[in-house]
Amino acid sequence: MGMTMSQKILAAHAGLETVEPGQLIEANLDLVLGNDITSPVAIHEMEKMKSQTVFDKDKIALVPDHFVPNKDIKSAENCACVRNFAMKNEITNYFEVGEMGIEHALLPEKGLTVAGDLIIGADSHTCTYGAEGAFSTGVGSTDMAAGMATGKAWFKVPSAIKVVLKGKLNKWVSGKDVILHLIGEIGVDGALYKSLEFVGEGVKELTMDDRFTICNMAIEAGAKNGIFPVDEKTIAYMEEHSKKAYTVYEADEDAEYDQTIEIDLSTLKATVAFPHLPENTHTVDSIGDVEVNQVVIGSCTNGRYDDIKTAYEILKGRHVKKGMRVIIIPATQDIYLKAVEEGMISAFIKAGAVVSTPTCGPCLGGYMGILAAGERCVSTTNRNFVGRMGHVESEIYLASPAVAAASALTGKISTPDELGL
Amino acid sequence: MQAKGTVFKYGDNVDTDVIIPARYLNTSVPAELAEHCMEDIDKSFTSKVHKGDIIVANKNFGCGSSREHAPIAIKASGISCVIAETFARIFYRNSINIGLPIIECPEAAKAIGAGDEVSIDFDSGLITDVTTGQKFKGQAFPPFMQKIIKAEGLINYINENK
Repeated sequence: MGMTMSQKILAAHAGLETVEPGQLIEANLDLVLGNDITSPVAIHEMEKMKSQTVFDKDKIALVPDHFVPNKDIKSAENCACVRNFAMKNEITNYFEVGEMGIEHALLPEKGLTVAGDLIIGADSHTCTYGAEGAFSTGVGSTDMAAGMATGKAWFKVPSAIKVVLKGKLNKWVSGKDVILHLIGEIGVDGALYKSLEFVGEGVKELTMDDRFTICNMAIEAGAKNGIFPVDEKTIAYMEEHSKKAYTVYEADEDAEYDQTIEIDLSTLKATVAFPHLPENTHTVDSIGDVEVNQVVIGSCTNGRYDDIKTAYEILKGRHVKKGMRVIIIPATQDIYLKAVEEGMISAFIKAGAVVSTPTCGPCLGGYMGILAAGERCVSTTNRNFVGRMGHVESEIYLASPAVAAASALTGKISTPDELGL
Repeated sequence: MQAKGTVFKYGDNVDTDVIIPARYLNTSVPAELAEHCMEDIDKSFTSKVHKGDIIVANKNFGCGSSREHAPIAIKASGISCVIAETFARIFYRNSINIGLPIIECPEAAKAIGAGDEVSIDFDSGLITDVTTGQKFKGQAFPPFMQKIIKAEGLINYINENK
């Protein structure tokens, strides 16, 4: 029996010729990641170990991003814990506030993740790097501690769902709509314990930022990882950003899949996930008037350059509806700087939006945009669980940057097409 | 190894944001996390839970974020075991890694009711609803994980095997 792309990467890192779904393996890691929420727990776990040294100071990335710049004293202490650990262990890839970004936007941009890598991160959205043809998956803090100490982790080899993409996306429809559509089809546990492997002629039509968004939300279908094949766009991205050697893996022609799903990209429309699950999807043209109080454009899902640029194209020269709170958060300092240089930030401010330094902030209800009871937010983030962004009686509607920006102008969930764009 | 306690029952897709809301993630102290465990889904949980009690839920328990604070909060609140139809995979790993016993058993998850007295034998995987007299066979852990559980978590396991 042939192997899937994910299985091939796992086999190679476990030193095995072949692996089968369900097999338990121990594999060598190329990168171990943590943030300011999960790393302190991992660091305390490491302190219990006999050996307290890290396996490779170049293969650990520590990115304080969730409650950074520090939102309160306890957050500051968490960041101090991470900073001290990074200094003590001479961690190469520790990112202080002025050079940081939201981890899953930052690491590919800094060239730390490439095709063929095996990556674990103590953050569920670590699955993002599958966009580059890597196997990457979220784990908890104890796994992170063990990974930092030993450079290894145990895995149960996943089976896979094959998602065949064809056609080309229409204007104002993006990777976010693709993944929301898919989650709506299979549900929030539709890919539980499995890989989501994206293939087909439609792949080449997707930008790298689309692919990052799609893999980022694989976890929202319960998946262990999401992964794209490596093509010319992947290689161009890696050559621009990274000096690391990469390895291209391809699924065997006789690889077995649990299920095959076809998506014709040309038929997808702007999609929104209603509270309180990402699977509660509707196309925006079918929902009638849903009035909102706040818009958030940012996060590890949709704070990349393409996302900010899309928001700019819709908001420039216009003004947000009176009473709307619109928060735009470029995901990395580099994206922020580009947005400044290209005049996007002044356009946002003139449009009546606020712009923040990179942070996860509002996505998980940390700070910077907490909702009161009864308030509604259209957000380009990844989860709309009860209380995720504030009060348990607030509501989050997940959508693309295009829908979020259009909604900022109308005060209700809208598409740019409705504005004649 | 055995557990016995009163059941707290929940539905599908109990996510880590309701198990421990992110507004409390500025700490990782187990006792502080336990004070807010299940706060956004069951405000009375922390005042009612006793040492040894058991959580029973339907599918995809622990979905969402990778925060190990979620199983830590559950364990620190005194819960001895979580039984569910299925678990989200990161929550599953995290629970094993910190030594919180969890069992996948769709039949038990469906049949056991809130407030029932339940006993669990971890060696055999046998789940008994003492209130109704029903018995269920839970999924046994594969040998690899049994070693981690016996060592009471991944860190001890690594220490023992170094």
